[in-house]
Amino acid sequence: MKKISTPLDLNTIKSLKAGQELLLSGTIYTARDQAHKRLTEAIKIGKALPVELKGSVIYYCGPTQTPKGKVIGSCGPTTSSRMDAFVPLLLAKGLKAMIGKGARSKEVKEAVKKHRGIYFVTYAGCGALLSDCVKKTKVVAYGDLGPEAILRLEVKDFPLIVAIDANGRSIYG
Amino acid sequence: MRKIEARKITQAVTELVRQASFFLRSDVLSALRKSYAAEKNRRAKTMLKAILDNAAYARKQKLAICQDTGLPVVFIQLGQDVAVSGDLKAAINKGIEQGYKKYYLRDSIVRDPLNRERPGFSSCVMHTDIVKGNKIKLTLLPKGFGCENKSQLKMFKPTAGIEEIKDFIIKVVKDAGPDACPPYVIGVGIGGTADYAGFMAKKALLRKISSRNLKLEDDLLRQINKTGIGPMGLGGRNTALAVHVQSYPTHIAGLPVSVNISCHALRSASVTL
Repeated sequence: MKKISTPLDLNTIKSLKAGQELLLSGTIYTARDQAHKRLTEAIKIGKALPVELKGSVIYYCGPTQTPKGKVIGSCGPTTSSRMDAFVPLLLAKGLKAMIGKGARSKEVKEAVKKHRGIYFVTYAGCGALLSDCVKKTKVVAYGDLGPEAILRLEVKDFPLIVAIDANGRSIYG
Repeated sequence: MRKIEARKITQAVTELVRQASFFLRSDVLSALRKSYAAEKNRRAKTMLKAILDNAAYARKQKLAICQDTGLPVVFIQLGQDVAVSGDLKAAINKGIEQGYKKYYLRDSIVRDPLNRERPGFSSCVMHTDIVKGNKIKLTLLPKGFGCENKSQLKMFKPTAGIEEIKDFIIKVVKDAGPDACPPYVIGVGIGGTADYAGFMAKKALLRKISSRNLKLEDDLLRQINKTGIGPMGLGGRNTALAVHVQSYPTHIAGLPVSVNISCHALRSASVTL
């Protein structure tokens, strides 16, 4: 299976096709509903963002608490479509890739194509298994949101399937 | 009257949290194994393998099967000859809170649905049924919200035909599509009132997967598995593991139909005290 690493450069992104399975290593950031809302509000009022969006990978995930002796708890993907409305702006501001589960809106598909980004899905409902791919975590923003805080994750061989490629082709049609 | 101390109820509920969160139900596991064996689509087989591996890993590592450890729904079957010494509902909530903390589960509940301040563990949803006898049965269903979000209710006309109802149920599954972690278990409540149909749909998820209530269930399962949504929505013949339909008398003017979808991580545990 093809292996890729962050930061994801344009050539790598362009080489990936919808439906392709691969393994990702490197740095990704968790963000779900409330973090998306806050990032968007900050962009709209011109406030500095707590994370660098340029070239970043966002993972739609809110893990459980971390059990003693473990790096992270169960940490699978949440439903991506709830984040759809926030995506065009984030892609315009430099976001490169998203990881989640399920289908996206037409607007997201178009924005992914326009900004040469990419949308991946991972094993949905397999949060225990995926925790094994996470080697390091750190809360980097919005700690007050608990499981909805932005975490920086260092991952190794995180399993992905390309769901929308840089040409806007989707596995969901 | 048989007396049960509230403290015992708290302890029992904490244990239910552990069982439901770490160990996938044996009937769900068997159904997933059968699906894995029968699936022809290569990608679907890979997905079912990941789901089975995940359940095994969660059990071994004492990790939550899914990071969405759900909104805890507790079904209470209270024998009419039982006297609880103490506060029954407070005891259940305490057991849930203790369990979620002890087993490092997720703070997924916001106290105020509009203000949505920092999540924690506030009240679970409880359904109480008074039954004969001197025992109390408690069932915990931690319901993930990826699938709960796909629930739908439709108030049909009383003259609606069975095909219309089936079409609606299948449409709900198609609307959920790849988003809510298929293969699903579909709970359906037909009859009663709007709220009671919703309750039946949820309660239907507790039924053992291999059990059958109505012939309608087989027809629906067959048709749902023809949609091609497949495990994790990536294609294949296993879109649902089961369809469970419950019915109840209703009014001459109406026909409520409620559908509650569960993801493949259908978790529940029971105890009788």
